[in-house]
Amino acid sequence: MTATVSPEKAGPETTPTSTRRGDRTFAAIARLAAFTILVALVAVFVFLAVEGWSGLTAVPAVYAPFTSFASYIWPLVVSTLLASAIAVIVAVPFAIGIALFTSHYAPRRLAVVLAYLIDLLAAVPSVVFGLWGGRYLAAYLQPLHVWLHEHLGFLPFFGPGPPSPNGRSLFTAGIVLAIMILPIITAITREVFLQTPRLHEEAALALGATRWEMVRYAVFPYARSGLVSGVMLGLGRALGETMAVAMILATTPQTTLNVIGTAQPATIAANIALNFKEATPERQSLLIATGLVLFIVTFVVNFTARWVAGRSQRKLDR
Amino acid sequence: MNSSSLRRTALPAVAVLTVGLTLTACGNNSSSGSSGGDTLSGGGATSQANAQTAWRAAYQKTNGGTINYEEVGSGTGVQNFTSKAYSFAGTDAYLTSDQMTAAAKACGSDVVEVPAYVSPIAVAFNLSGVKSLKLDAKTVADIFNGTITKWDDPAIAQQNAGVKLPSTAIATIHRSDESGTTFNFTDYLNKAGDGAWSDAANTVWPSNLTGGQGLEGTSGVIGGLSDTEGSIGYADNSAVTAAGNLSVVSIKVGSDYNPPTAAGAAQVLEASPPAPAQPATSMATDIDRTATAKGDYPLMLASYLLACQKYSDSGTADMVKGYLTYVVSPEGQKAAAAAAGSAPLTAALSTKATGIVSQISGS
Repeated sequence: MTATVSPEKAGPETTPTSTRRGDRTFAAIARLAAFTILVALVAVFVFLAVEGWSGLTAVPAVYAPFTSFASYIWPLVVSTLLASAIAVIVAVPFAIGIALFTSHYAPRRLAVVLAYLIDLLAAVPSVVFGLWGGRYLAAYLQPLHVWLHEHLGFLPFFGPGPPSPNGRSLFTAGIVLAIMILPIITAITREVFLQTPRLHEEAALALGATRWEMVRYAVFPYARSGLVSGVMLGLGRALGETMAVAMILATTPQTTLNVIGTAQPATIAANIALNFKEATPERQSLLIATGLVLFIVTFVVNFTARWVAGRSQRKLDR
Repeated sequence: MNSSSLRRTALPAVAVLTVGLTLTACGNNSSSGSSGGDTLSGGGATSQANAQTAWRAAYQKTNGGTINYEEVGSGTGVQNFTSKAYSFAGTDAYLTSDQMTAAAKACGSDVVEVPAYVSPIAVAFNLSGVKSLKLDAKTVADIFNGTITKWDDPAIAQQNAGVKLPSTAIATIHRSDESGTTFNFTDYLNKAGDGAWSDAANTVWPSNLTGGQGLEGTSGVIGGLSDTEGSIGYADNSAVTAAGNLSVVSIKVGSDYNPPTAAGAAQVLEASPPAPAQPATSMATDIDRTATAKGDYPLMLASYLLACQKYSDSGTADMVKGYLTYVVSPEGQKAAAAAAGSAPLTAALSTKATGIVSQISGS
């Protein structure tokens, strides 16, 4: 998962200089750990492919209310991407702000307390976020739904249908997802910000840069790769989050870009959770096949984002 | 990270977790040690969950042994019964003839299918200033299919003379997961709705109706109704009563309007015709949604228990027989009513079910 972008950024040379037994054992353990992850990933993929295969080409009745796999999965994919997009758009600026504050601005004691509290947020189970988001936060966000619909209703995301009567929408789900991925992105960003070489920062300041210019020209370029990793981890969690979305979102099987309407399609993961229990074997295969699609969507999104980030990095290096 | 900092952070964390686990393990030691006896495994419909908990507790207390009921849903329950993973199963919909043939083949005998859990489904709403409403099935169907969109619609007003109806928009709420409650609700609308509901009964909400909100589980629907002014939805009556803050629709039965009652649901089940082409050991019933007798409440759910008539092992046979006999007995039904708010079977149905269950034997 850690694509190293340019050779200068690669770690120290890894050719062994000594062949003592301890070194070899340690190298073997490290290698084993790395391959275990690969094996687990491949095992999950194989399971999804084998169990879900028949779900890709079943008789039309299985896809009720739709008639084909493509028409069944499409609304779910749109919802999944929309919810994750909202989450990332809301969470990333906050995460970078918090990370900068704790690493470069806040007095040390406050920074420690703040970092601790943010980490605590990561320990809240998603069921609790689901309950809180659906029963409490949704009601407070409902007026915002009305406002967005009235003022920005010409956008396909906020119209044309009436706004949600109780805030149980993809918008609320996205906000809750943002809160859930905030600690992940913040923790990683903070660590990479702290790794910025002191000399770079001091050099920037010595050249007459303001605090903000120092952050912009010394800290951000250095942290870019780690920043992308953090956002990717957060995005992965948002794409796959199940319980919170299932508990917040009011669902309807209809393709729509409107994130504040009465009801939206469930996300892929939430749809599996909602329907697996009472499903017939054919429907279970179908649901597993949707899991396979989520797997692929996550991979594609991850890959694309890294490619885009890597490209701008290369441009910067030139 | 160098090794000393690793030691400083990782080791205390591991130590704390270890101490915590040890303490929990100590705490758990005392809970084991059940009385001897066999284990009976079953599972299926989630609607029976609360009732099954009460039945199992009462049965195990007097007879020993262990009875398991896994809330895996009707579909999986029937599947596991047919694959013989379960000795008995609960299902919200009676077996289709294909399922019945497969199950009978697995049992090597007829399949016992008795109603165990009967419960009225309430149409509940949240509208400030209105405590109760009278609606016929056609109006309910029109509300849920999006034809009626305001609370002061003439169709609602004319059945509720004297009730001051606001012009609030109606927000309909239904289940987003597959559910026996949805099946029975849509079956009722389809059969009693005077043509206003064209979709056949189904465990999933009809997909062409995109105006409503799908929420997860009974608790999700109740939560949504409680939070949303102007909303209407359907849920097991016991859950609506337990919520306490929702108003309930009295549905039109004949020329009366009846609120959901346990007795009304039980008497509809007794009067309903048996499902066609069922073996003598099955009490599968096609619920009469258009029943008109006094006090009837035809918007209800009947959940069944499945068992084999013959088991190869006489110990299992005795235990299934004992457990099912208790479940359909007046005491068992009363226990379920207390625990889950269900409608006890009428005396006639209870007697008939007991007769069928008594034929279970080991071979």
